Amino acid sequence: MTTTTEEKAPEKGDSFAATFLRNLWSANTVTVTVLSIVLALVIGAILMIVSDEDVRATFGYLTARPSDAFTSSWNLISTAYADLFKGAILDPAAISAWADGSGGWQAAITPLSETLTYAAPLVFTGLSVALAFRGGLFNIGGQGQAVIGCITAAVAGFAFPLPFVLHAVVALVAGLIGGMAWGFLPGLLKARTGAHEVIITIMLNYIAGLFLTWLIIQKGVQNADRSDAISKPVDASAQLASIGGPVRVNLGIVLAVLVTAGVAWLLNRSVFGFELRAVGANPAAAKTAGISVAKTYTLLMVVAGGLAGLGGATQVLGTAHALTPAVAGNIGFDGLLVALLGRNRPWGTLGAAILFGALRAGGNRMQSFSGISLELVTVVQAVIVVFIAAPALVKTIFHLRAARSARLGASMAKGW
Amino acid sequence: MRIVAILAAGGLTLAAAACGEAPDETPSGSGSSAAGTPYKACMVTDVGGIDDKSFNASAWAGVQAAKTAQSNVEPEYVASDAEASYEPNLRGYVTKKCNFILAVGGLMGDSTKKVAAESPSQQFGIVDSAIDGATNVYPMQFATDQAAFLAGYVAAGYSKSGKVATYGGLKIPPVTVFMDGFADGVAYYNKQKSKNVQVLGWTKASQNGTFAESFTDQNKGKAIASNFVSQGADVIMPVAGGTGLGTAEVAKGSGGKVSVVWVDQDGCKSAEQYCDVFLTTVVKNITDAVEQAVATGAAGQPLSADPGYLGTLENNGVSIAPYNQFDSKVDAGLKGEVDKLKADIIAGTVKVESASSPK
Repeated sequence: MTTTTEEKAPEKGDSFAATFLRNLWSANTVTVTVLSIVLALVIGAILMIVSDEDVRATFGYLTARPSDAFTSSWNLISTAYADLFKGAILDPAAISAWADGSGGWQAAITPLSETLTYAAPLVFTGLSVALAFRGGLFNIGGQGQAVIGCITAAVAGFAFPLPFVLHAVVALVAGLIGGMAWGFLPGLLKARTGAHEVIITIMLNYIAGLFLTWLIIQKGVQNADRSDAISKPVDASAQLASIGGPVRVNLGIVLAVLVTAGVAWLLNRSVFGFELRAVGANPAAAKTAGISVAKTYTLLMVVAGGLAGLGGATQVLGTAHALTPAVAGNIGFDGLLVALLGRNRPWGTLGAAILFGALRAGGNRMQSFSGISLELVTVVQAVIVVFIAAPALVKTIFHLRAARSARLGASMAKGW
Repeated sequence: MRIVAILAAGGLTLAAAACGEAPDETPSGSGSSAAGTPYKACMVTDVGGIDDKSFNASAWAGVQAAKTAQSNVEPEYVASDAEASYEPNLRGYVTKKCNFILAVGGLMGDSTKKVAAESPSQQFGIVDSAIDGATNVYPMQFATDQAAFLAGYVAAGYSKSGKVATYGGLKIPPVTVFMDGFADGVAYYNKQKSKNVQVLGWTKASQNGTFAESFTDQNKGKAIASNFVSQGADVIMPVAGGTGLGTAEVAKGSGGKVSVVWVDQDGCKSAEQYCDVFLTTVVKNITDAVEQAVATGAAGQPLSADPGYLGTLENNGVSIAPYNQFDSKVDAGLKGEVDKLKADIIAGTVKVESASSPK
């Protein structure tokens, strides 16, 4: 991500600082991403003002006493965003309570723990979309693959009596395989019949979701002590180890970082990675060069499905611990946004997932402390991606210089 | 240039709207200091949201009503968008140091249990559930079967076809407790009058029946109701939240042949467009229970988890609503019998039993 500022050698006579500044204000990926986030937060602030009755009332007499409108707007926005920060990164009050002994260390690290807890599944679903994208496929099926991953991981988690460690590994592998199978179908159909993967994966999302709601209420799956739609809980031996109590962060995020490294290696260093990038860039040329496009497509969807399946597995083994109809939440579709924001690069996706996790964790606090609806966070997330997908808009708003690197937008233009 | 013009026009409109008079400066702080120590009553909704016209809405009304009884109450709520949000939302309020944290709905039982165990000095409350062994969770439960028993008796007495029906949203105890009471009420009527009014959609003995698997899908409610009507039922009790509105629509289209027994809140208030089909309502008085709990807490009195609150016919925690537009259609003799039955249930001479009823 930092390459654009460093890769161009300073021109003759220019100081390094001048070059740096010029590049900083050009439409490179880093600047556009940062400015998109800033713009989205500004739009979020405007929405807060518009939706708050008390603040809106002060605008009614703007000309009579403008200070009211500005101070009330400022108070609203600053407390809301301060709560977003306190809920996602650190809460000074909890830190000082810990320092003087009136609070526990758990409360001090809870915000970061929440951020990473929400981020972990998004890393996997984001990588799933990003990897498929690099191979020229648009995997909208992350949601369905994650749901199947949830199901297979949870069933393995409560059905087999296995010892600690082994049980968790088996459950994770079950999630991986479930997702792979759900990715294999559209991959095979695409390779053999040319059926569009977008359509097939969307349809498979429905099937997976409905299968989940049906499965939960079956005997042997449903929790016998409850009559509502909830499965048996995952055995403690299969749960991903976590610190416990309010600190929910678990091994899922560690696994996510390892898998990100694995995907980065796969994409940039392995033969398969080369093949998939070649197919993604130009299937006809790749075929001429002797790469089997059909095989690459199938394998790519299997790997992408497996990644999303792992995302589902981390969700159910790490935090949810039982299947419910909404156990996968929206991680599959959020994965699409995360991949777009991460520019379809593995480490970028990891960063984007952590940003989304932070927004979500902070959003919870913003909702209970400032009374700002959680939907606002969803809007901010979506607006960030809108600006990322339309870099020309950001460029115009901030009068950015055109970047000399042609990379910007190139990743967006392919795939659908 | 065009952008400038648009901006100018927009600016003028805004300026025109912004010419209002400024209110007088209010000295800050005087309002709240008079009320004494604030008592933060914080409510976490279940996934139904704050304006579900049922459950969450009733509880929220109760929290707000407590403010009139005890002016130091500061009501707040947060809506849960998924089951996974229950825990963070409850914990958020623990961090915020709320005085009373209310979890709405039995589905939040497990999360409430977990968070309450983490913060033993924090006062919690829960509607429709009780947490075994947790002394800091004030349970509010309702013996809805008692009121549903009366409704079953009324329905059986009112039915002309000799067939009444009920169905649920999901097969969970807070729903099936209505259906148990209803079926028993009909059975009691049959025994007293030596009649044979049938109940479609629920068999108490086997605990099996018809469920919509949804609390929102009105079409499902329509389909189930039409099916009951074609089997001859003329009084239907849907225990399914918004799904039941589909049943009310079928009743409305029947031209007075089919009537509906509503649940939770008096139908003529919560769904007034269908008031003319509601025979009566099995009322679960969540609002009063919550108001009472919050006001007690705000007055500085302890909320003891054992026995907690149990809404019965006796304390008016459950009741049947007025007959409203059916007042003239329900036979005066039947009304008298219902009043007598109510007194008998309170006195304990008629026993109402349901496996799903809170102990």
